[in-house]
Amino acid sequence: MTTPGGSTASTGSATGEGERREAWPLWEVFVRAGRGLSHVHAGSLHAPDAEFALRNARDLYTRRGEGTSIWVVPADAITTSDPGSKGAFFESPAGKNYRHASYYTASEGVPHL
Amino acid sequence: MTTEMLIDEADAQAAFDAIIEADSRIEPRDWMPAAYRKTLIRQISQHAHSEIIGMQPEGNWITRAPSLKRKAILMAKVQDEAGHGLYLYSAAQTLGITRDEMTEQLIEGRARYSSIFNSPTPTWADMGAIGWLVDGAAICNQVPLCRASYGPYGRAMVRICKEESFHQRQGFEILLTLMQGSPAQREMAQDAVDRWYWPSLMMFGPPDDESPNSAQSMAWKIKRFSNDDLRQRFIGMLVPQAEVLGVTLPDPELRWDAAAQRWHTSEIDWTEFHEVLAGRGPMNVERIRNRRNAHEDGAWVREAATEYARKQAEREAAWSLSSETRSLSSETRSLSLSKGAA
Repeated sequence: MTTPGGSTASTGSATGEGERREAWPLWEVFVRAGRGLSHVHAGSLHAPDAEFALRNARDLYTRRGEGTSIWVVPADAITTSDPGSKGAFFESPAGKNYRHASYYTASEGVPHL
Repeated sequence: MTTEMLIDEADAQAAFDAIIEADSRIEPRDWMPAAYRKTLIRQISQHAHSEIIGMQPEGNWITRAPSLKRKAILMAKVQDEAGHGLYLYSAAQTLGITRDEMTEQLIEGRARYSSIFNSPTPTWADMGAIGWLVDGAAICNQVPLCRASYGPYGRAMVRICKEESFHQRQGFEILLTLMQGSPAQREMAQDAVDRWYWPSLMMFGPPDDESPNSAQSMAWKIKRFSNDDLRQRFIGMLVPQAEVLGVTLPDPELRWDAAAQRWHTSEIDWTEFHEVLAGRGPMNVERIRNRRNAHEDGAWVREAATEYARKQAEREAAWSLSSETRSLSSETRSLSLSKGAA
């Protein structure tokens, strides 16, 4: 498991200047486009606290009425599965196509099935 | 380097190549070649800087826009450019560079940005020409970037392209209004088109045979079309639009070459482009000075906000401590935020 830190935590710095902290922490922004829909990741931004993060997110990601609700989450608080081990981590569904309706063909042509 | 590490690296490279080959996307936590990462950081940060510096030529006209409506539109557009800069800085940050580093590179004059923003904007018609030609060229460049192999870059570009089409249309409308006005207004519109036409063609970058990095970027599927192909496509869009406007594109050689199936143009004069790129353009110094001043003059705001956040957090901690002991009703607190994912 890796945690996407401020910004350089696990992506590694290509600049050769090593790890550096930002003046303001990074926040991930999720926007709900309308009632009945989930909040969807829109992007990220820097802000000193949650209240500023919300205001900045409103100005940055909903200038054209794209949202009715916003979540802001400190990027440091998110835990991510390791992309390198995705084969093993997501192995369970492999070969279990009987979990899909399309696996059952005997009922083809029968109405309402 | 041990043999094991070499094998790991080869495996990682193979996995990376397979993703590119399958036209899928590389995401921030995937392994990627150092040169791919470096190229993306350079390209995305330059792109972000261009959006941020690009606020200045138009910001120059906000106070002098000819009507309240035009002023409101121009402010919305400049605000969009700021937003586009921020989307792109975020995308670059996923590659391991900090926002602060990028800001420093820009205000210390070490970073590049689109040289077209070093051109001055002496008349109102420049607002029209920038929207129509500069934003038009930008859209032409950016639409294929929506499919760039690096996920966060592509996603930022999708958002930007959606917003950018308003920019081009409003520029076109400014020029059209001027072209339907007095002879002096028509002259002003034509003059702006004369000044912005060639620089907008140069926005696509040097000719293919002088663009050594293009081949690698295309192999990595960051770039999807060559500079010259995009330039040709852009000219093809402009010609009928110029007819509707009633302006003349300032190239006497411009014509469709049916045999070659391409637009024949005069030779592009790259001298000025290279001068501006080398930092000797008319506005280079002023653009960077303005950006630096804005950053430095805003330092106290950033510090005050940080300090405010620290104090609020401190107070909240003290409050929850005291409310635990005194069991005060939470109704007495007036916090405008709601916690939790609701």
